Amino acid sequence: MPSIPQSNMKILIVDDSQVIRNRIQRAVGHRKFQQILTAANGREAIELFKREKPRVVTLDITMPEMDGIAATAEMVRTDPTAMILIVSAISDKPTAIEALKRGAHGFLLKPFTDQQLTDALGMLMKGL
Amino acid sequence: MDEKDIQVLIDGTVNYFHRVVDKSTEVGTPYLADHAEVVVSDFTGIIGISGARRGSIYFTAPSAMLSHILLKQGETDRSPELMADIVGEVANTISGNARRAFGQEFIISVPSVLQGAAARQKLSLAERAFVIPISWKQYNAALVVSLT
Repeated sequence: MPSIPQSNMKILIVDDSQVIRNRIQRAVGHRKFQQILTAANGREAIELFKREKPRVVTLDITMPEMDGIAATAEMVRTDPTAMILIVSAISDKPTAIEALKRGAHGFLLKPFTDQQLTDALGMLMKGL
Repeated sequence: MDEKDIQVLIDGTVNYFHRVVDKSTEVGTPYLADHAEVVVSDFTGIIGISGARRGSIYFTAPSAMLSHILLKQGETDRSPELMADIVGEVANTISGNARRAFGQEFIISVPSVLQGAAARQKLSLAERAFVIPISWKQYNAALVVSLT
């Protein structure tokens, strides 16, 4: 698939914490995405994902309605080319492996520094 | 809960505050909770624990401290709604990080948040619950670990 300029892309930020959504939103702001979308739970995220077709997604695991692992699987079924970064406090190795098996492309552990977030997003977007 | 388990949560608390807030944050020696005087502050974020262990972990802090933590996260809005959000996120992050040591069977809920002293009536503690004191600048907060 040809690479798409960032300015034509949408990013979806999914976390039940508004503080975390805001923080990621500020970090990606300078990358000139066409649109930054946000959702507070997995189900809302799936609806937005299907409707808006974002190329990049950051996704928490522990959320109400639908968790991030199930949401990852659903997103990958819908569009396997979307790049998904899990951003979660869940730190055990089996959960990280499960997220990657379901189709996530990266895993950023909370709590993270701004630099770690920037690096993780940079790595993710190299795959586009 | 044994000493090793408590140490996992102390390490998680230190990691959170040193990474997100300030390296000058001090995490004190844990002590057994007094059931007659449950430790609560202005906002309390509670994580329910199920699976191999049962109970709850809660983080409780004064609004002035939460306001400073929000500032450290780049927030200009320091409304009570965001204070409730961040108190839950701190509890969630420390509990989630503990899975590295406790494993997948340490199942954490999404956070619930209580405001004010009313939390004291709604919190039920296990027989041996521990308080991990946290101090930063002039503020005092606590992580309370109530697991069987």
